[in-house]
Amino acid sequence: MGLFKSILSKVKQGLQRTRETVFGGLRSLLLGRRLDDALIEELEARLVQADVGVKTALRLIDGVKRAYQSGAMSTGDDVLEYLKRELKALWPAEDRSLHFAQASGDGKKSPTVILVAGVNGAGKTTSIAKIAHSLRAEGRTVLLAACDTFRAGAVRQLEIWSERLGIEVIKGQQGGDPAAVAFDACDAALARGVDVLIVDTAGRLHTQDHLMRQLTKIRDITARRIPGAPHEVLLVLDATTGQNAVRQAEEFARAIKVTGIFLSKLDGTAKGGVVIAIHEATKIPVKFIGVGETPEDVEPFDPENFIEALFTDR
Amino acid sequence: MFERLSEGFQAAFRRLKGQDRITENNVRESMADVRSALLEADVHYAVANDFCEQVVKDALGREVIKNVDPGQQMVQIVHESLVRLIGGEQAATPGVPRVSPGPTVIMMCGLQGSGKTTTCGKLAAYLKKRGRSVMLAAADLQRPAAVEQLRTVAEQVEKDMPGGSQVHFHSEPDKVAAYGQAVGAAIQVCQSAYRKAQQLGVDTLILDTAGRLHINDELMKELAGVKSAVPPHQTLLVVDAMTGQDAVNSAKSFHERLHVDGAILTKFDSDTRGGAALTVRRVTGAPILFIGVGEKLEALEEFHADRIAGRILGMGDVVSLVEKAQQEVSEADAAKMAEKMAKGQLTFDDFLEQMRSLRRMGPMKQILGMLPGVGSMLKDVTIDEKELDRIEGMVHSMTKEEREKPSIFNHSRRKRVAKGSGTKVEEVSKMVTRFETVSKLMKSMSGMGLRGRMSAMRDLQAGGSEMAGMPALPGFGMKKSTAMASPKSRFKKRK
Repeated sequence: MGLFKSILSKVKQGLQRTRETVFGGLRSLLLGRRLDDALIEELEARLVQADVGVKTALRLIDGVKRAYQSGAMSTGDDVLEYLKRELKALWPAEDRSLHFAQASGDGKKSPTVILVAGVNGAGKTTSIAKIAHSLRAEGRTVLLAACDTFRAGAVRQLEIWSERLGIEVIKGQQGGDPAAVAFDACDAALARGVDVLIVDTAGRLHTQDHLMRQLTKIRDITARRIPGAPHEVLLVLDATTGQNAVRQAEEFARAIKVTGIFLSKLDGTAKGGVVIAIHEATKIPVKFIGVGETPEDVEPFDPENFIEALFTDR
Repeated sequence: MFERLSEGFQAAFRRLKGQDRITENNVRESMADVRSALLEADVHYAVANDFCEQVVKDALGREVIKNVDPGQQMVQIVHESLVRLIGGEQAATPGVPRVSPGPTVIMMCGLQGSGKTTTCGKLAAYLKKRGRSVMLAAADLQRPAAVEQLRTVAEQVEKDMPGGSQVHFHSEPDKVAAYGQAVGAAIQVCQSAYRKAQQLGVDTLILDTAGRLHINDELMKELAGVKSAVPPHQTLLVVDAMTGQDAVNSAKSFHERLHVDGAILTKFDSDTRGGAALTVRRVTGAPILFIGVGEKLEALEEFHADRIAGRILGMGDVVSLVEKAQQEVSEADAAKMAEKMAKGQLTFDDFLEQMRSLRRMGPMKQILGMLPGVGSMLKDVTIDEKELDRIEGMVHSMTKEEREKPSIFNHSRRKRVAKGSGTKVEEVSKMVTRFETVSKLMKSMSGMGLRGRMSAMRDLQAGGSEMAGMPALPGFGMKKSTAMASPKSRFKKRK
């Protein structure tokens, strides 16, 4: 994918090196080893500990057990092949690029609207800074909408990022109506003719019906102001989240038709394996991963690297 | 929030029903289900395995009690083990210690986004309510606007939260820097906050530190630096209740570097199964002291292991509910209300007041979820809090006379109320009828014992199909129990 390439090549080189040593966990666990009960148990432990979910873990492990008992598999190398095949089947080739507004018949292009949502503390604002930075690096003009009018300091937080990045923010009053801010931001985006408008929203638990409805309203407002908006709806998901993330994804998808996941905080020890369960339940693709605190710390999601990382022991 | 975990347990115990004794085979079989349920609930792999192994051992070592079915017996064993695992052996008194001379220092730490700053505010409100003055110190110099956020939170606690004591705020905005830079400056901020708190005679100083990854060595060192420079009396780890298996890694690292004294679980009002609670407890050995149950500043509750274990097993959480009710309604008010009810003199004003105090206890779904057996029923139900707003609106649109004598309602009055509250005439009619039905019922029930009242409530529900949608008259079913007898004696009776 073209996006992010230019600025990321440098960062990626660094990460690639770490990958080869750290992410070779699956290989070092399996290659050259004879298959036995202890090894199967170790595999199960690593899968569960990566948050892939009990169902997925047990299904994979049952496959290994059956093949082991029937004699079809006898070495770690066999298992490695099997697991990679199975896990890759969970991540078919799919469109993981950002969707932009298309030019209309008369050649005019309205702004692309990216709506960003997630539970409290998922990392929405930092992720927005990352996306904005990358889009800018690609030569696109960006405008931000600070629709988190609820949490103390949220607007200021986005503002500080915008000052660092040199991007304008449209904001409202603390405690004001976030949909009204979205409305103004859409008008401002149209008036200024920017390429992309990124809408930051307040963190909310997916169990709070009234807050979820508020989110639907924000979505609808953008759709009414700008044709085809929102072109992209990103759910920011904390990689440390466990199986509850599936419920989050389902509820946010229902409220605002999520088109992609931004998996944040993958720079710790969390594996984010729950996105496999999410993919099985909702078919929402993971589009980006967040790997640090600076605006450069974002990468396009790569299933192969991701699967490798699931098995590392740390 | 433990609803789903409960389902897993219940399935496991159903298997045991109908078998006449506990054997190694049937126990192991049911524990496989329990293990899956625990893993599905995000309890760490190793913790879940150990737990199940322990339960099997306990179960097999027991005398088989005749005439008690093995399923029941296993529920008891699992419950006891759960309480032990989450609560530990010692009966930890929840709350915040107090040292003399002060100030008592509390250091908050945790990963990014776990909810430290919000929890600092909640803790300050908790202390203020108990007459303790507080200083909040902004030692998060890294997240943009974290200092502003804490300042706003401190002001809100000072202005809006109950209690007379003062809430101070300390910050040094000039020390703010980007993530990973100026590491160590937080130590000085905490030291000067401590000096200031001492001078002002503040009771408790709360240090809000920056969120950090447990593998960031430099930042973890900074926390250790704060810990030795301003020795806190309590170091609290703030953990997101939705955390998955990784809870084990972060809890372990924080504990190794800082020796955590207690944990606060946040976002407990989500529908997470909350296995992280078990993991954190097991890994740090430190008790879980509080849970965060909402976005508001008062949404912090003391953590009680036995109650949570009860919830896991689908036994409800009646004690918490009674405590909440006690906080909202004084005994005298309750007695007055009971008398009115007995005489059938309930007015719309009383009703409004009841509904308000019920709503102050928290979102309706959360409150109902605490009742035994209701939790799993509520799983797919959405309760429209807006409906309650509409009912309030209707009552507000009534005249004083109407509120006191619902019988005078005619069509034109109903039409006026509907117009005033932006509702439909049918809605108003339905509400008034329901109010009268319940009011009569209350009068007739006041002479009954608990059992009679319960069955009368059931009849009301069964005959209430035309009242579909939850908020029948929300106040009554529940408030009744606080009104009829003091909550404490009622709970004792039930036991």
